[in-house]
Amino acid sequence: MKRLLIALFCILSLPVFANEPASTQAEATDKEAFSPGEMILHHISDSHEWHFATLGDEEHGTHLTLPLPVIAYQPTKGLSVFSSSRLAHGQSYNGLKLEHEHLVAEDGGHVYDFSITKNVASLLLSALLLLLVFTAVARGYGKNRNGAPRGIQSFFEPIIVFVRDEVAKKSIGPKYERYMPYLLTIFFFIWFNNLLGLMPGGANLTGNIAVTLTLAVLTLIITLASSNKYYWSHIFATPGVPKALLPIMIPVELIGVVVKPFSLMVRLFANITAGHIVILSFISLIFIFRSAAVSPVSIAFGLFINVLELLVAILQAYIFTLLTAMYIGGAVEEHHDADHQIGGDNAAAPAHGHAH
Amino acid sequence: MDLITPNLGLIFWQLVVFLLVLFLLAKFAWKPILTSLREREDSIESALRMADQAKLEMQQLKAGNEKLLTEARQERDKIMQEAGQMANQLIEQAKNKATEEGSRMIMQAREAIQNEKNSALAEVKNTAAKLSIDIAERILRRELTDPTAQQQLVNSYLQEVKLN
Repeated sequence: MKRLLIALFCILSLPVFANEPASTQAEATDKEAFSPGEMILHHISDSHEWHFATLGDEEHGTHLTLPLPVIAYQPTKGLSVFSSSRLAHGQSYNGLKLEHEHLVAEDGGHVYDFSITKNVASLLLSALLLLLVFTAVARGYGKNRNGAPRGIQSFFEPIIVFVRDEVAKKSIGPKYERYMPYLLTIFFFIWFNNLLGLMPGGANLTGNIAVTLTLAVLTLIITLASSNKYYWSHIFATPGVPKALLPIMIPVELIGVVVKPFSLMVRLFANITAGHIVILSFISLIFIFRSAAVSPVSIAFGLFINVLELLVAILQAYIFTLLTAMYIGGAVEEHHDADHQIGGDNAAAPAHGHAH
Repeated sequence: MDLITPNLGLIFWQLVVFLLVLFLLAKFAWKPILTSLREREDSIESALRMADQAKLEMQQLKAGNEKLLTEARQERDKIMQEAGQMANQLIEQAKNKATEEGSRMIMQAREAIQNEKNSALAEVKNTAAKLSIDIAERILRRELTDPTAQQQLVNSYLQEVKLN
């Protein structure tokens, strides 16, 4: 499905790229030339300010933006913290300036950028939301001991029970309880951020490779930290494989260890980013054709994809959590049946990649 | 290629915030939620088990009651039967006794009648004898006024004695 959409997007964007030389030629005469590629990339990538809307034209209009703090560390100058509004419109401050949304030093020195960017702000917002929601749910259990769930508690309880029974218990087995906090946190973190990303003006946090990389690395660390000797014996002495083949099998298995979290990283990043791109490109159609007549079609398709993305938001959270649980399950499994489990994972991972 | 180049700052913030959220949620949300869920499931399970047990106990109690009831019925039947028998016996006894008493009284009455009859007969006899003697005396007094007649009588008595 996702592949199909990406293919569709590619087809749709062909005329865009085809038009590009024309529009660059026209730029001299028409400064307002609309570039969908640029607009979409601007929307899905990180930014040092939270830009909501622009009233009027790009140069002289009012920008509705929320300036965010810039935190930069330069080995030569040390730490500097200031508002991103000081860097607006290519201005420089404290020897720093923004070049294509990248913080660079004017003297060419190295800059470590720890700014609270749009994504970090969204991350903090989602963290706050997660804490508020789930402490409220937990309070429900404290207040209403052994009673039927009520309010927000009754909405989240089936999901928590689903993650516990269908994901953790089935994939990990008897040792599932240790991993429940991580699985639940990762599930709700991804889901909440996917939904926040779909909000108008929201940041594309789960469609950012740095975020999915961090989550995938955490899964890898947990898998390796909880692995037992059967896991490693499977990698270094795969049962049923002749000794002569081991020099080939060992590297393959070791690559497999890394490929699993890598697939987690790419799957989440690509799914969410692709969803955003598809919605934005449908909206872009209106501006490409410079006609309001296209808008019913654009809006209908955009709405359809948006609703589909609501499904994808929870689906991707589920897939990430399920695969994490399966990798952990493969690492903690006690007997040699683990082989089938891990083999199944390897087979399942690309299948999911194709499906979405 | 900006899109697929991970940004160091974001990795840092993501790691810090995610781990913080993980820690806080694990402590303040997941632990109480999962514990309460397990507690509730346990309590539901134990309640169901207790209900089953109560049902079984009820059945046992019902069976016991039934048994007690049949026993009581049997007991009652037995008592009734016994009472009937006893009553019959009593009636029989009373009847027998009454018959006996009746026959005894009749016997007594008979005896008394016999006695009365005997004494009456004896009295009649005595009276008859006395009357006879009286009559004989009077006859004799008149006859024995004549001394020959007296002599004759004495002689007849003597003859009689001799004969004996």
